[in-house]
Amino acid sequence: MYKYDHYDRKIVNQRVDQYEDQLNRYFNKELTDEEFRPLRLQNGLYIQRHAPMLRVAIPYGLLSSNQLRTLADIADEFDRGYGHFSTRQNIQYNWPKLEDTPKILRKLADAEMHAIQTSGNCIRNITTDPYAGVTPDEIVDTRYIAEILRQWSTFHPEFALLPRKFKISISGSKHDRALVKTHDIGLELVKEQENLFVNVFVGGGLGRTPVIGQLLKEKLPIEHLLSYCESIIRIYNLYGRRDNMYKARIKILVKALGVESFKKQVEDDWNNGKNSSNHLNDKEINRVKQFFTSPNYETVESIDLEDQFRDDHNFLHWIKRNTREHIKNGYRSVTISLKGKKQTAPGDIQSSEMRVVADLADQYSFGEIRSTHEQNLVLADVKEKDLYDVYSALCENNLGEANIGLITDIICCPGGDFCSLANAKSIPIAKSIDNLFDNYDFLFDIGTISLNISGCMNACGHHHVGNIGILGVDKDGSEWYQITLGGQQGVNATLGKVIGPSFSADEVPAVIKEILNVYVAQRDSEEELFIDCYNRIGLDPFKEAIYKN
Amino acid sequence: MDTQLIKNKELILNDWFWVVPDTSNEEVKKQAGKVVQFKLTGEDFPSDGTLHNVTFPEAEKVIVPLRLYLLKTDEIKKKYKEYGIWIYSHDELDLFNHLKEDINSFPVVGVYVEKFADGRIYSLGNLIRRKLSYKNDLRALGDVFKDQLFYLARSGFDSFLIKEGYDAKKALLGLDDFSYSYQGTLNQMPLWNER
Repeated sequence: MYKYDHYDRKIVNQRVDQYEDQLNRYFNKELTDEEFRPLRLQNGLYIQRHAPMLRVAIPYGLLSSNQLRTLADIADEFDRGYGHFSTRQNIQYNWPKLEDTPKILRKLADAEMHAIQTSGNCIRNITTDPYAGVTPDEIVDTRYIAEILRQWSTFHPEFALLPRKFKISISGSKHDRALVKTHDIGLELVKEQENLFVNVFVGGGLGRTPVIGQLLKEKLPIEHLLSYCESIIRIYNLYGRRDNMYKARIKILVKALGVESFKKQVEDDWNNGKNSSNHLNDKEINRVKQFFTSPNYETVESIDLEDQFRDDHNFLHWIKRNTREHIKNGYRSVTISLKGKKQTAPGDIQSSEMRVVADLADQYSFGEIRSTHEQNLVLADVKEKDLYDVYSALCENNLGEANIGLITDIICCPGGDFCSLANAKSIPIAKSIDNLFDNYDFLFDIGTISLNISGCMNACGHHHVGNIGILGVDKDGSEWYQITLGGQQGVNATLGKVIGPSFSADEVPAVIKEILNVYVAQRDSEEELFIDCYNRIGLDPFKEAIYKN
Repeated sequence: MDTQLIKNKELILNDWFWVVPDTSNEEVKKQAGKVVQFKLTGEDFPSDGTLHNVTFPEAEKVIVPLRLYLLKTDEIKKKYKEYGIWIYSHDELDLFNHLKEDINSFPVVGVYVEKFADGRIYSLGNLIRRKLSYKNDLRALGDVFKDQLFYLARSGFDSFLIKEGYDAKKALLGLDDFSYSYQGTLNQMPLWNER
């Protein structure tokens, strides 16, 4: 993974100094609340219901074991012993003290981490496929491009104060696991005769006005990646709306102008400046690329786990759900579920659990961990012969839940329990749904399905692209939940459709159960996934069953 | 020296009179509901009537709004020894096309931000340097203080009029917030060139 040199270290340390000075000026009343707000947000600091919330960047979801230990230490020293992995592959602390934040940032800087641009109206953490570099369907490893984008976007002088937040995601596989069509800029890497190109999508997004991104530029040669992104964001910076925060995202501008007219403006600017100083060269691409070479894989035989462990159904369930194919024979990637019955909220992890994962990474997976936008963790390179040991260790520490991609692998924002933007709580809804499934048989029978919960239309829980989406809404001061069906991420990204009038929190579990009953009754075979069944039969059978009473 | 003007990394005497039209009586026109390309609802915007009524100060050097300059070019040329122009952050770059003279005949061009969080100023700096090839003093005006200076300097600005009431000496330090920057700019190569 990427290692800081003295330049990176200097930049991150100077950022802590700068932030500390801003905080002191705020305490000394030299900066007003209004002035301090964008400054603190650019360092991931929110003022929440109970305390400030600090969001720490995990660039494209990649962490070393030592970094994860540092996150555990921070949780113990400055928070309540836990952290929360977000849907942007970052980690959040819900209980730090404002005056402690510079100390936290110094500790992070020592571990080559930071909270730069994890919030605010600027370019946010670049996200990508958590299985980059190890997934068999990969065309191009996205990690080094993501690191190049991270550096380019860090303190970009023109884009510190955009009309609204700006999210970039990048995918390099046949299957898109990075949600590129629901990002402000989505980048799809393609290769032709060893030359790298980028398909640039723009104007996608979830939130209040969900939109699927449109293809703006096909096959952009990689050396123009940065200058092209600059032209897109420059046009957005100048013409995006700033008078209404709900209409300020780039998707609204692209929609208002029409993609062709938007493209014309972008290209006019780009043609004038594409050979700017940020024209990428092979030397820089290769310099960053060499940080992401394959680890020293051993030559090992593949093992027939099904045969060897045929009596251990729980383990085999876990293998089936929580591990996936690897480019290297005899290896698999392990996804550690943070959605177990013992977790207080989806994506939450105790400091002790972080240390367990860090130790397992050191022992079995080259000391690296990845976070996923589904709020789980990944050990990307585990030998098949070690899987049982990894599984056993995870089980001993309440991390052995075998539910990846199942309905209890719920993607969920912190919601009204913590977030001051939320209309409704989301964690108790996730818990009440989780409680419907006390045995694996029903869970496994339903199979692969995604369920996403957002506590408000800002859609941090990505409810629009959940096969089942739940959105907290406020009606006359009380909390209600609107349900959508048919959302989907990936190459065929689709937004879910609202099923009908919303429900109270008490009603939600029964509604979910009814949706699943319709699916089980209607599917043409056990192989037909929920989403395929939905696409075949449509919304009506579900609607009828739910609202019949 | 009591001054709020920073240039070449030092505080310098500000002998430019900055002419700001009084827009307090302008009617706020709602702009929402269509593609808004420039001025947004609630932004400071002098009508032509307001510009006509601007009283010119007794001074040697002035910076006047570009639209005012276009309206009263002869009067300004006659009255002042030196004059510069400034634009609002919501003005369109095309406004400069109305100038008969070369933009480089102006010793100062300013961009005004009404609110600190308005980041259009940075892109305008880039465009004024790159597309209009402006070579002289590009000045940031308005809600400008320490925390923008590092970015402004890298977006093509070389002087900064710090907002009244803000410590300009402290603000000066903002120019040195970082020793290195990753990305290249118009006048600086990216860090990767050094690595």
